[in-house]
Amino acid sequence: MIAFWRSSVGKKNIVAVTGAILIGYLILHMLGNLNSAFGPGADEARVDWYAHWLRDFGEPLLPHAFVLWAVRVILLSALVIHITGIVQLTKRNRAARPANFPAKRIGRSFESMAMLGTGVLVLAFIIFHILQFTTLSIHVTPVEEGAVYSNLYYAFQKWYFLVIYVAALLLIGMHLRHGVWSLFQTLGFDNPNRNPKLRHGSTVFVLVLIVGFGAIPVLFFTDVLDPPNAAAVITSSIGAVGSLTGGVA
Amino acid sequence: MNFTLEIWRQFDGTDETEAGRFETFKVTDINPDASFLEMLDQLNERLSHEKKRTIAFDSDCREGICGACSLVIDGTPHGPQQVTSCQTYMRDFIDGQTIKVEPYRANTFPVIRDLAVDRGALDRVIQAGGYISTTTGPQPEPNSMPVSPEIQEKAMDAAICIGCGACVAACPNGAAMLFTGAKVTHLNLLPQGQPERESRVIGMVEQMDAEGFGGCTNYGECSRVCPQEISIDVIGMLNREYRKAKTKKKSKPEKAMTTQ
Repeated sequence: MIAFWRSSVGKKNIVAVTGAILIGYLILHMLGNLNSAFGPGADEARVDWYAHWLRDFGEPLLPHAFVLWAVRVILLSALVIHITGIVQLTKRNRAARPANFPAKRIGRSFESMAMLGTGVLVLAFIIFHILQFTTLSIHVTPVEEGAVYSNLYYAFQKWYFLVIYVAALLLIGMHLRHGVWSLFQTLGFDNPNRNPKLRHGSTVFVLVLIVGFGAIPVLFFTDVLDPPNAAAVITSSIGAVGSLTGGVA
Repeated sequence: MNFTLEIWRQFDGTDETEAGRFETFKVTDINPDASFLEMLDQLNERLSHEKKRTIAFDSDCREGICGACSLVIDGTPHGPQQVTSCQTYMRDFIDGQTIKVEPYRANTFPVIRDLAVDRGALDRVIQAGGYISTTTGPQPEPNSMPVSPEIQEKAMDAAICIGCGACVAACPNGAAMLFTGAKVTHLNLLPQGQPERESRVIGMVEQMDAEGFGGCTNYGECSRVCPQEISIDVIGMLNREYRKAKTKKKSKPEKAMTTQ
């Protein structure tokens, strides 16, 4: 495995596999998010129930939130390996060409050239996203542990959060439009007959991701989804809610 | 036709650390049907009459099959037509145009002089496995060792690589993956290549890394300049062969037999 990592082709394989793991998670994440579309519900929002279910998953066989943490550990390791591999490969690639003579662009796609840029921006977004909705450290809008629906609702009443999330989706889309196809090529799962299908397939996949993820913030912002039930709001942080109670009522 | 040429000059034999520079030449009265190399020949004849140092560039067969010519014309390896430099004709350019002529730009291809670069790195990649060690003898009875037309087509599409190195020069990463992929695809698909299938791909990839070539990021620029129009599918094949060879090495011998 170490020898595999040392060779450039092996390292690219590993980068592709870790990328695939992250993409797999994105699909699950998107499906999970869509639970928000069921609205605030009669007593508990479906997405809140889903969030609790994720934590209870496997109990009593497994400890509380075990699966959740296992997934988090896998994702973090995949991300770290993915980035380390890319940094090392990029250094290698830069060293292979004289610094002042970049190759003329003939036909490479914009997405493929922007992979590093979109990658860094997406990483920054992931950190922001975790701070906002996982650790609940961003107190611009009221956030409360466990009240997923209400957290989302208030966050996406703000136009700038909507803009950040939609922009991030477009960046992820750009990264994956080259990344998904590239992954098959790097793992050698391509063949001449399949290649155009893989190219178009990755475009379609990216569009599905953008629509699937983007629908939720847009539905909240346009008030298609109802505000959370009052009961959930009362317990949330008092100071921040003060200014919003008009909207809640 | 008349042209202004900006030609890269480097290493006149006095200073080995010289960085190189562009020098401007005017050429006049060029036949539109002259090839790019013939145009350079005319310029060199003039330079030698003027007792000036001629421009060094590589060429051999001048019919597009040997892969010796290696000019970067206006930033594109082999010029605008996706053929070798020797098959690029002056009629492909506009009369009075300024044309920039450079050597291949890759740290693995050090400049020998002017437009000639040392492509020995590609030869060493071939030495690391791009061959078959066994004498296969006379042509066998066809039915005893069938090769399907699909496999044969694929192998021959890769085998037409002339090893000119334009793929390396076009690649933003200076990677030799298209070249190596073509050689591996060619040999690993055919019966003669089977005994050394794994050692070939491992050896060639390791040599490629040792030479300092970059890696593939699937830009596809190599394929767009390849005079033989080799598709980047050969890179997929190279990746696949390498992964299979590496994972097979780990498995137990008897398991390796069954996966064959």
